[in-house]
Amino acid sequence: MSFLELTDLRKTYGDVVALENFNLTVEKGEFISLLGPSGCGKTTTLQMIAGFTEPTAGKIVLSGRDLVSVPPAKRGLGIVFQSYALFPHLSAAENVAFGLDMRKVDRASRDERVREALAMVGLKGYEDRFPRRMSGGQQQRVAVARALVIRPEILLLDEPLSNLDAKMREEMQGELLSIQRRLGTTTILVTHDQQEAMALSNRVVVMSKGRIEQIASPVEAYNHPASPFVASFLGKTNTLSGEVRGGTLSVGDYRADVPGADGPVAVTLRPEKMRFDATGLRGTVASRVFQGNSWSYHVDTAQGEVLVLRQNDGQPLPVEGEPVFVSWSPADMGVHREGARHG
Amino acid sequence: MAERRSPIAVAPLLLPATLLFIAVLAIPLIMTLMLSFYSWGQYTGIVEDFTVENWVEVFTDPYFGDVFLRTLRISVFATLLAALFGTPEAYILKRMDPRWRGIFLLVILGPLLMSVVARTLGWALLFGGNSGVANQLLMGIGLIDSPIPFMFTETGVVIALAHVMMPFMVLSVWASLQRLDPQVENAARSLGASQATVIRRVVLPQIMPGILSGSIIVFALSASAFATPAIIGGRRLKVASTLAYDEFLNTLDWPLGAAVAVLLLIAIVLIIVASNRLVERRYAEVFR
Amino acid sequence: MKRNGPIALIFHAFFVTFMVAPILVVCVVAFTSHGYLSLPTDGLSLRWFREIANYPEFVRAFWTSIYLGAVSSTVAVVLAVPAALAFSRYDFTGKGALAAFFLSPLMIPHVVLGIAFLRFFTQGGLSGTMAALIISHIILVFPFALRLTLSAATGMDRSIESAAISLGAGNLTLFRRVTLPLILPGVISGWALSFIQSFDEVTMTVFLAAPGTETLPVRMFLYVQDNIDPLVTSVSAVVILITMVALMILDRLYGLDAVLSGHSDRNS
Repeated sequence: MSFLELTDLRKTYGDVVALENFNLTVEKGEFISLLGPSGCGKTTTLQMIAGFTEPTAGKIVLSGRDLVSVPPAKRGLGIVFQSYALFPHLSAAENVAFGLDMRKVDRASRDERVREALAMVGLKGYEDRFPRRMSGGQQQRVAVARALVIRPEILLLDEPLSNLDAKMREEMQGELLSIQRRLGTTTILVTHDQQEAMALSNRVVVMSKGRIEQIASPVEAYNHPASPFVASFLGKTNTLSGEVRGGTLSVGDYRADVPGADGPVAVTLRPEKMRFDATGLRGTVASRVFQGNSWSYHVDTAQGEVLVLRQNDGQPLPVEGEPVFVSWSPADMGVHREGARHG
Repeated sequence: MAERRSPIAVAPLLLPATLLFIAVLAIPLIMTLMLSFYSWGQYTGIVEDFTVENWVEVFTDPYFGDVFLRTLRISVFATLLAALFGTPEAYILKRMDPRWRGIFLLVILGPLLMSVVARTLGWALLFGGNSGVANQLLMGIGLIDSPIPFMFTETGVVIALAHVMMPFMVLSVWASLQRLDPQVENAARSLGASQATVIRRVVLPQIMPGILSGSIIVFALSASAFATPAIIGGRRLKVASTLAYDEFLNTLDWPLGAAVAVLLLIAIVLIIVASNRLVERRYAEVFR
Repeated sequence: MKRNGPIALIFHAFFVTFMVAPILVVCVVAFTSHGYLSLPTDGLSLRWFREIANYPEFVRAFWTSIYLGAVSSTVAVVLAVPAALAFSRYDFTGKGALAAFFLSPLMIPHVVLGIAFLRFFTQGGLSGTMAALIISHIILVFPFALRLTLSAATGMDRSIESAAISLGAGNLTLFRRVTLPLILPGVISGWALSFIQSFDEVTMTVFLAAPGTETLPVRMFLYVQDNIDPLVTSVSAVVILITMVALMILDRLYGLDAVLSGHSDRNS
């Protein structure tokens, strides 16, 4: 039996289906990301785990105990909100102490734990500061300390880094990860930022339009996306149409052996996995942009424009207007039969 | 992001106030309406029968017509005065250095919260007879040759009312000015518009809803004003509300007074609702 | 931003004079030493302020007004807070109508309110009592209390409450330790504005007050009806001073234009 089991979760608002067929099991200590564009159902899922939204159907079981019937105040989960939701009328220490007060922790050990928690997030000496007088990053740290000090069974992070600037975000990612690894708290992160999800989590749950598209490790999801949607959401992707006949795939002049039934397919390819070759998909270099460590190519082909990323490793590379053949290793491509959902 | 709830579920939060309002607002108003259909005699007092004679009297006796017409006239002029002076002042405040603006906002909006009796008393002192400060000042700067009678005249009531209502107008225009994007004015100037053109073609159209909704408030409050017309207008220059007061506390003909009051209420509500509709339809796009 | 030109500044000076003159003249005349209305040409005298003490009905009326304002505003706020919370977070059938009902005292002429309450309380045998005054003033000031608490409740970040709940706060704790402190500025301003409205109200109260329950504005109004003398100017000056102090507190706390316009976003 897994630590957290979400079974057949479903949420509808009137006729609108916000979430359906949601099945996920989370192991203790895992860092899971719910990843998708806005409106994909990731926040709804988090709200249901937290207890602020009631599922229309389905089960949420934590360590064998049904959570749906437990009011949110009794679930014992730590939540970091997008707006941080700090209590503006309480100091940093009082914010962190709030959950301990609710649990009637005695004063001495409460103060000790508050001190530890603030020190853990690097806010030693900020105990008496009020949220208004703190930077976004500091407020974020208080929010994390407040959520963790109650030793929650699960830490829920709702787009926690989206209000920070790029540099701060990267720094906080590193700290979140090290804190999570140190405490081993099972963590569920909701985000629309694929880079953030891939950097932090053991597994990502890619969602679209209220459904799960793929559950996999970041590497697996990136290299072998289960659908064209996952492929394009997790990074730059070329989606080409091809056809399988008698075990052979054709994309223009490109040929590869592919098992499975005949029919039209969508082929997804990462730009950095494509190379210029003597044979393959015929095209012309429309433009190329120098990016320091690489060159980014736009190649016009009969299949449409193809993006190719080549390392700047001193090898000779084609120039604009040059006819080229684009090729790739069959292991690097995703082949999606028609009928599979598109993003 | 309001959640949908059944009225029963929110009842505990709203029931106390609702019950109070039904018991002590709706019921008294209905009783007043009923009162206006009772008859009254010098010796019988209020008789709880049903008659329309109070209403017939209010609508046919020219005395009541005069009073309502005067109420309307006074309110229209007070509203015009407030709009004419309040609007430019709000614009000037908007363009003022923020430090000064805070002080002057306090000075201009503050009177709103000061006793109407005290403010009207001030006008009574300023007007006071032919030798009043107001007349001396006006003659001193050569605006007039002979003293204007202010006390016990409609002119005096209009000026005092305009003063009492002015903060509402400034506040309303101020609020619509706050929504104005200052860059739009700069854009107009960069396109070659003069300051006057900017005000006339860019600013004014945008704050028109504020001026109009301010005018509605000022008009409604002027039409129902009591203390100011009672003090400046004196016992002879009656408006609708002082007339109703007289019927209640001097003549003691409550049913007739109730009819006057109910008519005043209906007239004001109709005017507010109708003009609100008009403003909202005309300026739907400005209101988003 | 472009500065105001000379014409604008002249207009402004004229406008401010117009707004301030009647208030100033009351305060100045109050300091006269003469027995009649006059400017204090021979130095400021407190004669007419001392004279107030000899008119116990003014002093009693003052305390009646303070008491009435405090009690009715407090009850109005206590009723308005739960109503504001319901309005700000839930949608329900009849919400718009109920909001209009609660704000209707703003639209009804005070003469009509006075008459309606007079009839109502006379029928109920409560006419002229303090209870009748308090109840009618609660209705009168409720819209002000509601508008300010509502804008505070609407402007509040609801995820702060969610955070408190997730940390284990129960309903009562949530309200006492999180919700109330967060909307407190709005609640206090609502109370203060309600108090001032009650303290200044004359039109409705003149119908309801009996000799024992006259409020200060009613006493002043009835006095002025008969004669205007320096005594009533000194009483007015005291009232103006009290209002000014309240005003400055309100301005500091919340910003005066925000208080007066009910935060200008009247969404309900």
